Amino acid sequence: MSGTFTKSMARNVFYGGTVFFILLFLALTFDSMQALPKRDNRQALTEQVAHGKKLWETNNCIGCHTLLGEGAYFAPELGNVYVRRGPEFIKAWIKAQPTGTPGRRQMPQFHFSDEELDALVAFLKYSSEIDTNDWPPNVEG
Amino acid sequence: MQYKSQAVAKPYFIAAIALFVGQILFGLIMGLQYVVGDFLFPAIPFNVARMVHTNLLIVWLLFGFMGGAYYLIPEETETELYSPKLALALFWIFLVAGALTIVGYLAVPYATLAEFTGNDILETMGREFLEQPLITKVGIVVVALAFLFNISMTVLKGRKTAISLVLLMGLWGLAVMFLFSFYNPSNLVLDKFYWWWVVHLWVEGVWELILGALLAFVLIKVTGVDREVIEKWLYVIITLTLVTGIIGTGHHYFWIGTPGYWQWWGSIFSALEPIPFFAMTVFAFNMVNRRRREHPNKAATLWALGTGVMAFLGAGVWGFLHTLAPVNYYTHGTQITAAHGHMAFYGAYAMVVLCIISYAMPVLRGRAANSDKSQVLEMWSFWLMTVSMVFITLFLTAAGILQVWLQRFSDTPQAFMQVQDQVSLFYWMREWAGVVFLIGLIAYIASFFVKGEQEPAAA
Ligand code: HEM
Ligand code: HEM
Ligand SMILES: [Fe+2]
Repeated sequence: MSGTFTKSMARNVFYGGTVFFILLFLALTFDSMQALPKRDNRQALTEQVAHGKKLWETNNCIGCHTLLGEGAYFAPELGNVYVRRGPEFIKAWIKAQPTGTPGRRQMPQFHFSDEELDALVAFLKYSSEIDTNDWPPNVEG
Repeated sequence: MQYKSQAVAKPYFIAAIALFVGQILFGLIMGLQYVVGDFLFPAIPFNVARMVHTNLLIVWLLFGFMGGAYYLIPEETETELYSPKLALALFWIFLVAGALTIVGYLAVPYATLAEFTGNDILETMGREFLEQPLITKVGIVVVALAFLFNISMTVLKGRKTAISLVLLMGLWGLAVMFLFSFYNPSNLVLDKFYWWWVVHLWVEGVWELILGALLAFVLIKVTGVDREVIEKWLYVIITLTLVTGIIGTGHHYFWIGTPGYWQWWGSIFSALEPIPFFAMTVFAFNMVNRRRREHPNKAATLWALGTGVMAFLGAGVWGFLHTLAPVNYYTHGTQITAAHGHMAFYGAYAMVVLCIISYAMPVLRGRAANSDKSQVLEMWSFWLMTVSMVFITLFLTAAGILQVWLQRFSDTPQAFMQVQDQVSLFYWMREWAGVVFLIGLIAYIASFFVKGEQEPAAA
């Protein structure tokens, strides 16, 4: 950066470049929003699924698990757990916690009603049917 | 201290360091739970400890940014702060709100906390890093707006330097992007899409403006290099940041239901994101080499150089490691992510806050620099924390590579928990490195209490 490239030129490049890439990002966002209905499984978004998502959030499941690869890395991926384990296993598992096995990582008991367990399973089923470009690589997540 | 009102920065810095200690203690609790799964269960389940760890991190960095702004802005604008009283009031509001939130996490089940804090009115809780109750989120916005008002009014009435403008843009950007934390539709893909507008556009966008401004300020002070040169560098660095980092958001849109073309946009632009971090390192070393004075505060110079190097390693190198879509397909959401998250947050944001504290705190306490004895201890703490963070990163990376290999890449993939058992040795080593980190942090705090011969005032 020698004498010919001045501070005010640098500043102008900053403003110009930033505005350009913000606009490009907004354009890509707009295009994504048009493409999402075919990919995000929104036709499966029932009241029950929405209730399941709320339970997922208000019990902070993401504080131990990943969902589509995002969250915490302490416990298994759950975006595809519906495929890996199926609905009955999932409900039985949640009800049986904590295992109390000495030294093993523990999952809390959340005292869900049967209706709440069904909502959570519905949410996990909905999540597993989102088009994720074939992620995860295999069923173990 | 050139301006009386700079003094309001001091409580912000002290609170930042205190919350940092809390963050590390909860990190160590979690690190132990990784290998002794039932440690402190059910008193402190892992997810609670994690919320405390990451939210304390964000809050102490915010305290550091605000303190840094209150220190830097009067000096840059050559005028007293618009309202020091407001700054002090906001300090207490933010501290009490933050403390109550943490107590809430620890004292009641999260679902109960959600119920009693208005989550039914607007559901925003239970998403990573954005776990705060609605009232806390609203409080953050109110405090941020009042803070920005105070700072902006000061800049308006004073000298407008590039450093203060860049800092201001970064801080405004921080507040504006946080507003997306209030958008949480039932549609999981939309939820995740805009969640990244907070998280990614913070750390790989607007926060880098704050980082650059704080670093540039300290470099001007400790090297005496011409402002024109430093501010030109600053503009170049933040141009590179936003040109790469905005579209770079796409590296989070590979596998969450978003269109496939993001694999190209995200991979290419985020692969360029290390460049501004590299430029920052070159910048810091260049300025120190060209220095026109020997500033007595050697520790602050060390933090400035360290920030450049560690931000480049953590964000640049460890970010690049897993940012290309074909690689990220295997590493997404593994210990590799955790390794990168640690070194990047420490190297870029923790270190720059410690850097501005290191420079400003002696001045706030009435001297240009601390005694040699105190500085030597501070430099020890620099090396203890930094080297142990390098080891934490290396151990987590090793665990992550094995995890990917056994669970994702293999022809006979093993279950998550089975794999975790097999890599526990690395988790143990991470925990020991974490203990060394804590020792470094204790040494850091101790350095504030070491007396000895002091440099006279006048910076
Ligand atoms: C004693 C040192 C530390 C230990 C033992 C520790 C441990 C941990 C653990 C176990 C997690 C949760 C990982 C998971 O989700 O499974 C975590 C998350 C995190 N920690 Fe730390 N930590 C320490 C220090 C730090 C420091 C110094 C920083 C930053 C300055 C930091 C920033 C973070 C961040 C950003 C996350 C979230 C990572 C992600 O989502 O990928 N930690 N830490
Ligand atoms: C100081 C700057 C940075 C910080 C503080 C930071 C921090 C983080 C954190 C905490 C996460 C985990 C988020 C989660 O919990 O889901 C993450 C993810 C990620 N970061 Fe960064 N990062 C920075 C810069 C970069 C850069 C420059 C790159 C690319 C070159 C990068 C590439 C990635 C990628 C690809 C992921 C997703 C990992 C996954 O798929 O699991 N980061 N970052
Ligand atoms: Fe990112």
